[in-house]
Amino acid sequence: MIVNLDKNTLLDAYRRMKTIREFEMRLRLENEAGQLPGFIHLSCGQEAIAVGACMPLDDADYIASTHRGHGHCIAKGCDIGDMLLEIFCKQGGLCGGKGGSMHIADMNKGMLGANAIVGAAPPIAVGAALTAKTLKTRGVAMAFIGDGAANQGTVFESLNMASVLKLPMIFMYENNGYAEFTGVSYHLGGGDIAGRAKAFGMPAEKVDGTDFFAVYEAVGKAVDRARNGDGPSAVEATAMRFFGHFEGDPQLYRAKDEVKELRKNADPLSKFITRVTDSGQVTMGELTAIDAEILAMLDEKVAAAKAAPVPPGEALYTDVYINY
Amino acid sequence: MSNKTMREAINETLRQEMQRDPCVIIIGEDVVGGRGGTSGAEEAGGGAFGVHSGLVQEFGRERVIDTPITESAIIGAAGGAALTGLRPVVELMFVDFVGVCFDQILNQIAKFRYMFGGMAKTPVTIRTTIGAGFGAGPQHSQTLYPMFTAIPGLKCVLPSNAYDAKGLLAQAIRDDDPVIVFEHKMMYADACEVPDEPYLIPFGQANFTRKGDQVTIVAFSRMVHLANQVADKMAQEGISVEVIDPRTTSPLDEDSILDSVEKTGRLVVVDESNPYCSMATEIASLAVCEAYDYLKAPVVKVTAPHTPVPATPSLEQAYIPSTTQIETAVNTVLDFDSPRAAMG
Repeated sequence: MIVNLDKNTLLDAYRRMKTIREFEMRLRLENEAGQLPGFIHLSCGQEAIAVGACMPLDDADYIASTHRGHGHCIAKGCDIGDMLLEIFCKQGGLCGGKGGSMHIADMNKGMLGANAIVGAAPPIAVGAALTAKTLKTRGVAMAFIGDGAANQGTVFESLNMASVLKLPMIFMYENNGYAEFTGVSYHLGGGDIAGRAKAFGMPAEKVDGTDFFAVYEAVGKAVDRARNGDGPSAVEATAMRFFGHFEGDPQLYRAKDEVKELRKNADPLSKFITRVTDSGQVTMGELTAIDAEILAMLDEKVAAAKAAPVPPGEALYTDVYINY
Repeated sequence: MSNKTMREAINETLRQEMQRDPCVIIIGEDVVGGRGGTSGAEEAGGGAFGVHSGLVQEFGRERVIDTPITESAIIGAAGGAALTGLRPVVELMFVDFVGVCFDQILNQIAKFRYMFGGMAKTPVTIRTTIGAGFGAGPQHSQTLYPMFTAIPGLKCVLPSNAYDAKGLLAQAIRDDDPVIVFEHKMMYADACEVPDEPYLIPFGQANFTRKGDQVTIVAFSRMVHLANQVADKMAQEGISVEVIDPRTTSPLDEDSILDSVEKTGRLVVVDESNPYCSMATEIASLAVCEAYDYLKAPVVKVTAPHTPVPATPSLEQAYIPSTTQIETAVNTVLDFDSPRAAMG
């Protein structure tokens, strides 16, 4: 069953997912060309999770993200040009160029930061949920948690704390099959992420993370529950990543045809397109028009990011209260 | 103005700051106590050191929040709450417990402002206890403030008396950066005159607890009192010792220390921490790097040894720097026969 979404919402969802895909494909090229400092972690294949999870949220809600956070930022509404400036570590980036790919944040969008420490986001989201509860804003906070992070103590502590304090929080698990170079069938004791969350006394739904509608519906229920003061929920969405842990990862741990199969059978964008065009709600022409807009926008913004100046030397010393 | 213990002064500050600003909350383990127990008591202790006594009655459990034993989630939640508009005051019962929540301090709250290009404020205050003397052994007695002082983005505060505890804590709570207040657990019952009304003590302003011109002692936290005792005793012998309590190790009032060293030419540093990478090392380095020409003797450091803190009371007393050691150090710098002086 297709969730009852109007055409504009469907087109918005598509635009966000497609933007993530094309944005990251451009990053891949720029990284190969040696244009990007640091590590780049791509989330291609997981776009439906980012967008399905963030679309039920608004600017007054919070997310705390992971090292694989570009999709979350885009889905939450961060400015694409400012994100690119940040990833290129240029002046005018969301964090002034000092955060880079793994630390993009935007306080105006409730985006409390990508995070380069695996499992560090949930306690921060607990705090944002505490703010929402204390100040009675009706806001909710969401932590993105990979299957690797699911094993960190911080995640268990946060599940417990959110449950004890009955916080408006969503534990958004993204099970992409791998913690770095190690498969989930090995690293996850008990093999059931949602079951772990359930043990803390909250609803925990497992969904197909390549199905936008499934994610959107499950998160929507969790958001309603949080806004109504009924406490935290968890959603475990499974979607394998198309690329390595980081750009440059030779992926020696993956079978030869694994990604080929994924692209054929588990591409969230293809699934979405099939579904909305088959139902007759959207035409292919409408989608390809969006594709063209996104590509033109990225051409322009990537060029602008490349041309932008690096932060001035004195930026090294700003944004700290003192330096010695 | 009345005589108050450090515990009372901190409690009064928390009450006044919570009255002043509804965004101030207290969060930590057993900061009220009693939840889920069988006595039905509204409050069970008000914190392990009784610092929060009576606050829940005035502000309710929505603002004085008992958590599970879950330090990572507490510090992280305080960070997230601070990013989004609250002004949390965390009690980390013993600084030794930082081992289970260090990431949230080191990589999260200390980094937000810089890492996010100045767009984020992180008004978190972490109150924690330090210090030996209780026979509590290696995991409840450390004075880890040098470790935090080394981390950019954190402000580190060491009140040495009830008056300073009040003014420094109020400043910490109103500060938009993360501040760690290190309270020496052996000083909670120490009392002095403390004004009833709120006041602030700015960070980075040292306090000269004794004025003198022959030797400078820089001491931290409880060691300030030992240094004062030595200064008072030596004053009777005609020796003029200046004692400086920096009050904050980051930001550090380098100017006051250097001014004093330039005047006396002799420096003793007293630090209850382990000797390597300590504040004693840092202050000695400061004097050598910035006031070398004024030094009439090598700097002498009086620190704990490079060992964990033993529980054995006799060994623990040997671990803690003593007035005898400080007095010996002062005599050492006074008696030093400078080759530079001989060279004219």
